[in-house]
Amino acid sequence: MDFLYARSWDEALAAKAERPDAVPISGGTDLMVDLNFDRRRPDALLDLNGVEEFTRWERVNGHVRIGAAVPFTRIINEIGSLVPGLAIASRTVGSPQIRNRGTLGGNLATASPAGDALPPLMVADATVEVGSVRGERTVPVREFFTGPKRSVLEPDELIRAVLVPVADGPQQFAKVGTRNAMVISVCSFALALHPARRTVAGCIGSAGPTVLPTPDAEQYLEAELADRRLWDSRAELDEAVATRFGELAGAHARPIDDVRGTADYRRHAVAVLARRTLQWTWTEYRRAQR
Amino acid sequence: MSVPTTQRPTGTETATGRLGDITLLPDGIPKVTGDFAYSSDLWMDDMLWGVTLRSPHPRARVRSIDIGAALATAGVTAVLTHEDVPGSKYYGLEIADQPVLAVDEVRYTGEPVAIVAADHPETARRAAAKIVVDYEVLDPITDSRAAMSPDSPLVHATPTQDHYPGGGNILRHVRIRRGDPTLTADVVVTGEYDVGMQDQAFLGPESGLAVPAEDGGVDLFIATQWLHVDQRQVAESLGLPEDKVRLSLAGVGGAFGAREDVSMQIHACLLALRTNKPIKMVYSREESFYGHVHRHPATMRYEHGANRDGTLVYVKCEVVLDGGAYASSSPAVVSNAASFAVGPYNCDNVLIDGYILYTNNPPCGAMRGFGAVQVCFGHESQMDKLAAALGIDPVELRIHNAMAEGSLMPTGQVVEGAAPVAELLRRVKDAPLPAAAPTDSYDLRALPGGVSNTTHGEGVRRGVGYAVGFKNVGYSEGFDDFSTARVRLEVVGGELVATVHTAAAEVGQGLITVMAQIARTELGVEQVINQPADTSIGTAGSTSASRQTYCTGGAVQAACEAVRDGILAMASARGLSVEGAALRDGKIVAADGAAVASVADLLGEEIVEETREFHHRPTEPLTRDLGAPGDIGQGAAHLQFAFAAHRVVADVDVELGLVRLVEVTTAQDVGKALNPLSVVGQIQGGTTQGIGLALMEEIQVKDGKIRNPSFTDYLIPTILDTPPMQVQVLELGDPHAPYGLRGVGEPPTISSTPAVVSALRAATGRPLTRVPVRPEHITGT
Ligand SMILES: Cc1cc2nc3c(=O)[nH]c(=O)nc-3n(C[C@H](O)[C@H](O)[C@H](O)COP(=O)(O)OP(=O)(O)OC[C@H]3O[C@@H](n4cnc5c(N)ncnc54)[C@H](O)[C@@H]3O)c2cc1C
Repeated sequence: MDFLYARSWDEALAAKAERPDAVPISGGTDLMVDLNFDRRRPDALLDLNGVEEFTRWERVNGHVRIGAAVPFTRIINEIGSLVPGLAIASRTVGSPQIRNRGTLGGNLATASPAGDALPPLMVADATVEVGSVRGERTVPVREFFTGPKRSVLEPDELIRAVLVPVADGPQQFAKVGTRNAMVISVCSFALALHPARRTVAGCIGSAGPTVLPTPDAEQYLEAELADRRLWDSRAELDEAVATRFGELAGAHARPIDDVRGTADYRRHAVAVLARRTLQWTWTEYRRAQR
Repeated sequence: MSVPTTQRPTGTETATGRLGDITLLPDGIPKVTGDFAYSSDLWMDDMLWGVTLRSPHPRARVRSIDIGAALATAGVTAVLTHEDVPGSKYYGLEIADQPVLAVDEVRYTGEPVAIVAADHPETARRAAAKIVVDYEVLDPITDSRAAMSPDSPLVHATPTQDHYPGGGNILRHVRIRRGDPTLTADVVVTGEYDVGMQDQAFLGPESGLAVPAEDGGVDLFIATQWLHVDQRQVAESLGLPEDKVRLSLAGVGGAFGAREDVSMQIHACLLALRTNKPIKMVYSREESFYGHVHRHPATMRYEHGANRDGTLVYVKCEVVLDGGAYASSSPAVVSNAASFAVGPYNCDNVLIDGYILYTNNPPCGAMRGFGAVQVCFGHESQMDKLAAALGIDPVELRIHNAMAEGSLMPTGQVVEGAAPVAELLRRVKDAPLPAAAPTDSYDLRALPGGVSNTTHGEGVRRGVGYAVGFKNVGYSEGFDDFSTARVRLEVVGGELVATVHTAAAEVGQGLITVMAQIARTELGVEQVINQPADTSIGTAGSTSASRQTYCTGGAVQAACEAVRDGILAMASARGLSVEGAALRDGKIVAADGAAVASVADLLGEEIVEETREFHHRPTEPLTRDLGAPGDIGQGAAHLQFAFAAHRVVADVDVELGLVRLVEVTTAQDVGKALNPLSVVGQIQGGTTQGIGLALMEEIQVKDGKIRNPSFTDYLIPTILDTPPMQVQVLELGDPHAPYGLRGVGEPPTISSTPAVVSALRAATGRPLTRVPVRPEHITGT
């Protein structure tokens, strides 16, 4: 196996162009598991750990631009208040060791429906900066995933950074696992309120072939919030509305039975998580700016 | 003989500590820092790597095996099949029914079919992939209850049957009948309970190094629980006398029963003898899940009849254990399951049927608790159900029926020595309860779901549950269970040094400290060296059945006494008066406390060395006269019983089915705590393993295939799943046992599982008849 090493974005792209078969390695927390279990035997690895810009984040035009190799620990510690949904999700990832090594770029590229960073990126309307020697492009996270462990990333392309709008309202994330730490998601739910736009966004993790947005639930809730003038009154949210929102969100799940849980349970749990995260975000919204 | 270049871990001294002192494990810190040499770290410069080709099918006929392409691979030195096994082609702990390498049929997914030696593990793996096995795939037999039917196809065409007429797939049927089970009772509760397949989940995978010797024999460095039982099986399959197969204990990365059976031992030795090179084998994590036996899954049917006042009138129980493809220790496991099926309660009328089945599922065998775990979930679930039916407090119901000294087992055996069932229950019940969860604030780590942020208090209900359990210490049913120890006392560099040599496997439980503590106490020396465990001394028996401190401790004690007698005889020969004297602080101390002589001075250049065997009191096989009327399955089959009780406080998110244990309180009688710290460690660890079975640990098998052979999906508790534990240790002293001790390792695993489930039932009102309890069992979705 060849081991390639890049010290800059350009070097990385050049290496990838020359060896499209080279598999990038960042934190290695997904890839090394595959290698250890002999699920993958790449002919070459491309080590991205020397690319300094991947480890930086910066604020640009109301966004946080997070380098592909910023690990979860730093997302939590350094930008938690700017991207609260992503920070909550980052806290649920693996163990301290995994959060120290695991990166946003790796989570996106793996494109697992159980990738915990993905639902909060969806509801925050994040975009992914990708590039190759052929040029660069930005892809909305909502269009990034094409199937289980599949994305729009071309063989010669790398992820450079993720642009996440600074939160304009409360965000939440909740994940069901069968133990209380270090657990792969059985299902999860991310929710963002966008009070300025008077919209809401929900996204299901780990209960379908990809992470799944929940448009019916969103439309229902947006209509209820508008009809009841709740954005302005900041009044309490009827439990029945939250429950209905949960049910509609659960209906968007496309789960299967597997070793981690049953499809029926997942649908049920997504509904509970959607209801609860709505109440949490709404409570936070009511408390803010009063 | 050449020795591999890793330092062997058991040749260590423990610095201080007499019996009853807190004594630190000498290998504790190296294990935490990563310096400890495990069997997987063994290395010799000219060694080759051995790899196993395994069956992808749970049941298939092997038509042919073509090793040509594998053997032609560059770097490959040997490819062996069953044809290359010179001695017995079958091995087994109790029944030799397991092929060293598949002969004409494979009976479980992962069964070894061929082995390869090459200069690199990757080369060996690639070569193994080139072996062409022509399988005729057959429908697997995977349902243990269906396998009982006389119409079922057979897992073994000529099954080994243990005292069962027309057995078919039934490997053993243990019948226990005492009293009159046809009685009727005021209140009757019935229940069906299931236990999933738990794994021992040790961290150090199967591994070892076999080194060919000049005498045509082989030296095997191996992580195991019982060197001599491995030695016997390896020698039989190699066709060598036992003295040509020498085993030394390598660093053991946990055992819990999973190292009782042979895994790669015979394979590595076969390859070493064939290639005349040292052979290293290390299973991968995934392979490890196929490479050892698991805890038997169980289905149980219970019927309890009681008077209005709660007195048990009768108990009927049928327990069916899935033994998988080969016998392993299954006959003993089902005997235990039957023996302990009623729990530690008095009941004069019992009807128990324990069955263990051959199927094409993964072979099951020993795991901490050994048959008592499964039935404890059954009988304790029943006691809760009975308490509810009677309107009696579940702890009071248990105390009302609690076994005590002099009680009769279902087998008619009289329970000797302390049987403090009622006291253990009272202690856990009377312990203060943890504070209620705060309602005005929350800490995610203290909530079900933890930092996964699933609740901020919504849906959370608290439940409290209790359970008590027991099991046997030592091997039962007439087995001559013993250990051997050699103790030497000499002066080295002016200092008195005791050397203790046994073949007992230290698997992390702390026997090496206990042996040194015994020698220090009995011989009055400070410096004690534990010689590495190997087969150059007689057997120590297995590190299992909570027996090693009892048996090997007893042997070390006996050898120390013999050494002391030797010293005193020397002193007496020199005219000193040693009537009633003991050895203390390097001196012979007379009965009146006066120092008579310095042991070092007395010894000078001489060495006193003694070897002793310790045989525990004999036990009896259960009566098996199937034709005769009256009581059967009777006999004093067990040496000693060990008891523990648990109280569990659990917070349950009833909407999501997630659980956070708030606290576990446990009380256990250990007779005498030789090393109090190790005792608490065993109780905490055992309790945690039981929590794992209650909440998450299950090898999921479908159509004879393991679906989760990894720690990604075989979950074991993390520290956030392990609550604070209040541990109460009782030392009630068994007059028959060395130092009055009672085996410690298994009891905490037995009752913690049902106590957790009992707490979940209290919180949710759900019946919860299966472990592990999954979220959907709680939510009902
Ligand atoms: C014990 C354990 C627990 C875990 N728990 C969780 C969890 O709770 N939640 C969760 O979501 N994940 C979990 N993971 C998975 C993993 O940690 C995350 O997916 C993490 O985000 C991967 O990041 P990485 O940098 O380690 O990826 P790597 O393993 O380095 O790479 C992963 C994939 O991404 C590709 N890649 C990496 N960087 C780039 C780039 N810049 N451009 C293009 N492709 C790239 C690699 O080629 C590879 O295919 C866990 C893993 C382990 C081992």
